Amino acid sequence: MQKINKVILLGSGALKIGEAGEFDYSGSQALKALKEEGIETILINPNIATVQTSENIADRVYFLPVTPEYVEEVIDRERPDGILLAFGGQTALNCGVKLYESGVLEKYNVKVLGTPVQAIIDTEDREKFVEKLDQIDVKTIKSEAVTSVEDAKRVAAELGYPVIVRAAYTLGGLGSGFADNPEELETLAGKAFTYSPQLLVEKSLKGWKEVEYEVVRDRFDNCITVCNMENFDPLGIHTGESIVVAPSQTLTNSEYHKLRRLAIKIIRHIGIVGECNVQYALDPNSEDYRVIEVNARLSRSSALASKATGYPLAFVAAKLGLGYGLHELKNSVTKTTTACFEPALDYIVCKIPRWDLGKFKGVSHELGSSMKSVGEVMAIGRTFEEAIQKGLRMIGQGMHGFVGNKELAVKDIDAALTHPTDKRIFYISQALKKGYSVDKIHDLTKIDKWFLDKLRNIITTEKELDKYNAIADVPDDLLREAKQRGFSDFQLARIILRCKDGEIEDYMFRIRAARKERGITPVIKQIDTLAAEYPALTNYLYVTYNGTEHDIDFAHDDKSVVVLGSGAYRIGSSVEFDWCGVNAINTVRANGYRSVMINYNPETVSTDYDMCDRLYFDELTLERVLDITDLEQPHGVIVSTGGQIPNNLAMRLDSQKIRILGTSAHDIDRAEDRHKFSSMCDALGIDQPRWKELTSMDDIYKFVDQVGFPVLIRPSYVLSGAAMNVVSNKEELRHFLEMATEVSKQYPVVVTEFIENAKEIEIDAVAKDGEVMLYAISEHVEFAGVHSGDATIVFPAQKLYNETIRRIKKIARKIAGELHISGPFNMQLMAKDNDIKVIECNLRASRSFPFVSKVLKVNFIDLATRIMLGLPVEAPAKSAFDLDYVGVKAPQFSFSRLQKADPVLGVEMASTGEVACLGEDYYEAILKSMLSVGYKVPRKTVLLSTGDLRSKVEMIKPASLLQEKGYTIYATRGTALFLQEHGIKAQTLGWPDQNDGTPNTLDFIKNGKIELVVNIPKNLSKDELNNDYTIRRSAIDFNVPLITNARLGAAFITAFCRLDKSDIQIKSWNEY
Amino acid sequence: MSKKKSTLILEDGSTFEGFAFGAARSVSGEIVFNTAMTGYPESLTDPSYSGQILVATYPLIGNYGVPPLSIDEKLGLPEFFESDRIHPKALVVSDYSFNHSHWNAVKSLDEWLKEYDIPAIYGIDTRAVTKIIREHGTMLSKVVPEGCDTPAEFHDQNTENLVAKVSPTEVTTYGDGPHKVVLVDCGSKNNIIRCLVRRGATVTRVPWDYDFSTLDYDGVMLSNGPGDPKMCGKTVENIRKAIAKGKPIFGICLGNQLLSIAAGATTYKLKYGHRSHNQPALMVGTERAMITSQNHGFAVDTDTLEDGWEPYMVNLNDGTSEGIRHKSKPFFSVQFHPEATGGPDDTEFLFDQFISNIENAKNK
Repeated sequence: MQKINKVILLGSGALKIGEAGEFDYSGSQALKALKEEGIETILINPNIATVQTSENIADRVYFLPVTPEYVEEVIDRERPDGILLAFGGQTALNCGVKLYESGVLEKYNVKVLGTPVQAIIDTEDREKFVEKLDQIDVKTIKSEAVTSVEDAKRVAAELGYPVIVRAAYTLGGLGSGFADNPEELETLAGKAFTYSPQLLVEKSLKGWKEVEYEVVRDRFDNCITVCNMENFDPLGIHTGESIVVAPSQTLTNSEYHKLRRLAIKIIRHIGIVGECNVQYALDPNSEDYRVIEVNARLSRSSALASKATGYPLAFVAAKLGLGYGLHELKNSVTKTTTACFEPALDYIVCKIPRWDLGKFKGVSHELGSSMKSVGEVMAIGRTFEEAIQKGLRMIGQGMHGFVGNKELAVKDIDAALTHPTDKRIFYISQALKKGYSVDKIHDLTKIDKWFLDKLRNIITTEKELDKYNAIADVPDDLLREAKQRGFSDFQLARIILRCKDGEIEDYMFRIRAARKERGITPVIKQIDTLAAEYPALTNYLYVTYNGTEHDIDFAHDDKSVVVLGSGAYRIGSSVEFDWCGVNAINTVRANGYRSVMINYNPETVSTDYDMCDRLYFDELTLERVLDITDLEQPHGVIVSTGGQIPNNLAMRLDSQKIRILGTSAHDIDRAEDRHKFSSMCDALGIDQPRWKELTSMDDIYKFVDQVGFPVLIRPSYVLSGAAMNVVSNKEELRHFLEMATEVSKQYPVVVTEFIENAKEIEIDAVAKDGEVMLYAISEHVEFAGVHSGDATIVFPAQKLYNETIRRIKKIARKIAGELHISGPFNMQLMAKDNDIKVIECNLRASRSFPFVSKVLKVNFIDLATRIMLGLPVEAPAKSAFDLDYVGVKAPQFSFSRLQKADPVLGVEMASTGEVACLGEDYYEAILKSMLSVGYKVPRKTVLLSTGDLRSKVEMIKPASLLQEKGYTIYATRGTALFLQEHGIKAQTLGWPDQNDGTPNTLDFIKNGKIELVVNIPKNLSKDELNNDYTIRRSAIDFNVPLITNARLGAAFITAFCRLDKSDIQIKSWNEY
Repeated sequence: MSKKKSTLILEDGSTFEGFAFGAARSVSGEIVFNTAMTGYPESLTDPSYSGQILVATYPLIGNYGVPPLSIDEKLGLPEFFESDRIHPKALVVSDYSFNHSHWNAVKSLDEWLKEYDIPAIYGIDTRAVTKIIREHGTMLSKVVPEGCDTPAEFHDQNTENLVAKVSPTEVTTYGDGPHKVVLVDCGSKNNIIRCLVRRGATVTRVPWDYDFSTLDYDGVMLSNGPGDPKMCGKTVENIRKAIAKGKPIFGICLGNQLLSIAAGATTYKLKYGHRSHNQPALMVGTERAMITSQNHGFAVDTDTLEDGWEPYMVNLNDGTSEGIRHKSKPFFSVQFHPEATGGPDDTEFLFDQFISNIENAKNK
């Protein structure tokens, strides 16, 4: 083994659709594995919210873009011996391949650890891949590589429709899709060519089973398959969009081992050292198969497989990369047996994707071969019914399981079954209730009958339960069966007691009490990787009703602290809360308490069983948390580090006499309840934007007359589209209220005055007994109106008046005192001419806690947790004024994955992730951050289409900077005129629908003649003129960087005009 | 469907309530588990489970039904089973799938069990049962469906010669290849025959106590089988004769233990038996590790081997012996199942090695 002393690991950057938290987990594991060997580790990842970019994980962290030029700079500085490319998703892999191909790795003598780059290339280039597998007689889906739309059509005609089109070298199927006819193919191929010069056209195997294997190989050629997984949804839906179970359920021994044997044959032939994933299509009517693809890196599936089995794939892969053999490593769960084994599960896991398609306007809900989901959950049970019902609750979209939900309105149920959407599973539920046979549903969906029969069992149990009207009448066996089939007390309350929405909680507790009285309670089982064959001390746990005995004992010594996790990643709650949760656990452990984590998101570090003393990989419902606290009887529960899900449990846990650590549930409620909070602010003399909760159209009009347009409308019942909207005039108001919502006594609407051109400011703070101990004030680049999760945020605030800062501190102190805050809190405020209004206050950690903690280098969660534990603390001496550098946090959008969605920002959050970079000044930091989320500095051309007058004015200075720098400015008509009036030359381009011979914007975008699009919507409504939408959407579809906010556009343009590449500092976090 | 109760009673007094499927009768026998996640048709037809009550630790069983009892015309053996019948006395599972789904299934597991008059029980905390069995090593048990009489005694089949019960009484020949292999059938799985015939062997399957020294053969295959190796003294005597004769020998599982005894070694009962598809074995003196299918409670003490023999394979989890070999002669055996079914077939290459030993011996 060549001695390796220093290694660079590439991270995956911001979370995006197709590349999410799983790479924080795999990177963290790899860094841990290297650290154990005494190797110095360097991490390049601009994702500041991740656990891997925390202190004590890598030796040095660079918050820089994961692109060849920046990575080369770091290599030049650090001179590492080795580099790991397999732990940062496609981003790291693509970057690594480029560094290899350009000779950078060779130049600096950096050894690629693990799988050789050639093997990666062999799996990434479809043609080479097929050729490679042909050599060993392994069947692939025969496809032809084409480089033009004409060729694509010719090949499709040969193969016969339907065909699938895939773009080479892309993330999670970007640019891929199905085409049923030449017309569809033309559209699809045209778009896909913008992502990749090479497309693959192949025959579609819709309806085949989709099965995956996670395979590991060491340098001695020893191979294991850690796990296999079977998709509930047959081939045709991207595996990231499918419900998946592990292990496979409908495969015989012969099929299982045939595919396993092939997987090993493939990994050996390709020459992977580490881990890879092999995806198969399996004929549902024979043992015929095709290999779909091989991912020569850690993947979403490998993270899932690690959590599903307890086998730490990333950790082992990193060790194998260093030259270890599998047989030389230990099983991390048992600690005594070897890592060279294949986990035996004695449970079933079910992964369900989490979509947020409702957040986007215009996006299609139909699922296909490219990924749209933003997160996922993993449910563990000992029956399929138990696992899937848990999972459907975990995805957190208002569903209570497979049954007991509000019926979804559906016109044509057959069509809803045939054309899969994010809701299909619930249409299956409806179909079964309507009496559809399993055979019929199978014909429509091609989902294996085994799964459908199991789902029918749930319906059967529901029908049985429905015969009763009182819990006392339900026989023990039936009640137990219902719990074994995953029914929650909530579902039982709804089915048996038929209670209405408002009363359900009370009834749920009645069910709970009756059930406990009859001894129908769940048991805790361990995940031990060996199905109990050998004794194992493992703290990886789940809750099930399919058992009679707990695997563990409960100490009841008042020494355990439960930390509630953040659940599925979704828009608005993501890796940042995992960082908060992990830091809370760390502090709990470091202070002599046992940490107990409850969470169910397989993409996280908090669900890594060696992070805490006990991990309950289970639901965060009131029922399940109470099940666990009944058994654990903990010292207390921390609800303030996991975002809104645990925060919402505070009051109800408190009502069940569960001790909430930190700020009391009563005070949390005073901040959460809009009315209570408002009257408190009034009493404290703190200003808020005027708002009212109204129940009739007349009242709304009256209120708007008082406050004036624009106003923010928040309906409590949404018919279609986004839940919140800003309207600028009466027409829009009426349209929105009539089309999208209901206004009534039952469904009131909250109307808030919307202040334009106000600065938005955040304060993240920690208080103890009502006294603020630590705070960070940051400002948004965009004016208020852009959701704080989509805003570009600067910390320390650079452009606020001292007076504004002083007033904000005062407000924070008043509120902290009034609410007796002990723990983390966050406020959003707006400021216009030193006039400050509070928008929102949350008595929990916020999205920006990791950002401000890492920029200030003071861990807010550690302090907050120590306070919640009642430990003595001192206020840190450090303040933001001490910093001689700036941090800028920028959002990452995934619009390219969401076909047809309007890529515009508004009051509803749309970003899927974020990065943050540090710089000597504001412009350096903003430039680095923007480059980190995929913006590129244009070389020659920029398109400006700058909306209303104010935005146009905002863009004058940047436009003149562009001109000075020699850029060609293209502009739509009005913008061009305006610029010319201000002495700036701009070439006019016609609107997309303009056919008067003027060169057209759309053609310019399509033909790659524009390198940056700045398109500012004309008003705050999402209903934009079609032309603007077309420009924005084309920019996304043709992969041209797009900015839709004037303030951000101005900042970015100013930054790249002022700074040269050489001005950008390559410095690690600890050098700031 | 009305559920019929059934009870699992263990020798240590613990009882588990569940529901009945399969045949409606009560039985008693030693309870054993296997942690395999697939392959219940293969396990249930494996003669090594003769007389035992089998617990599947994987909770969802019956999913893909049961394949047909079609006979491979060339071999005259069932295509999809390891023998011609179900060997365990009963089956214990957590969640039985009443509805199965598979293109190759002709009946449900329930129907199949009924056909062979084998009772089964579901709704059991199989993990809890497994932990008890694991800690006790050997545990007797009863399965008693509601309405059936509880057997008065716990039946211990280990007092019987199980090998004699499952071994054939007649000599049968399979295949027509150039290599004449004697298969000493102590409860052989069909796949051993398939693996040999596929590699050019004519297999002569003989009863466990058959004196095959009189036969004209090129190699000896010692099969797997149930129970304590000490019951098979007659087989060991015959093996000693074969060792003296010097032609290639290959043993599997019980066959490994019998060859070891013939080579002077002693066997002992393991604290934690190996009953899974995921056992790692390392080829001694190499970096070569393999995942193997196993089902045994006894192990060979390789320290007691006579001179001339050495450890061949070792278990990476607990360091127990996974096989022995002769230092100079073509004799080797393994504790695991290279023929798999069910389980991984990573070690099927051992059959190649055996055939190559035969070829080398012939060419001498």
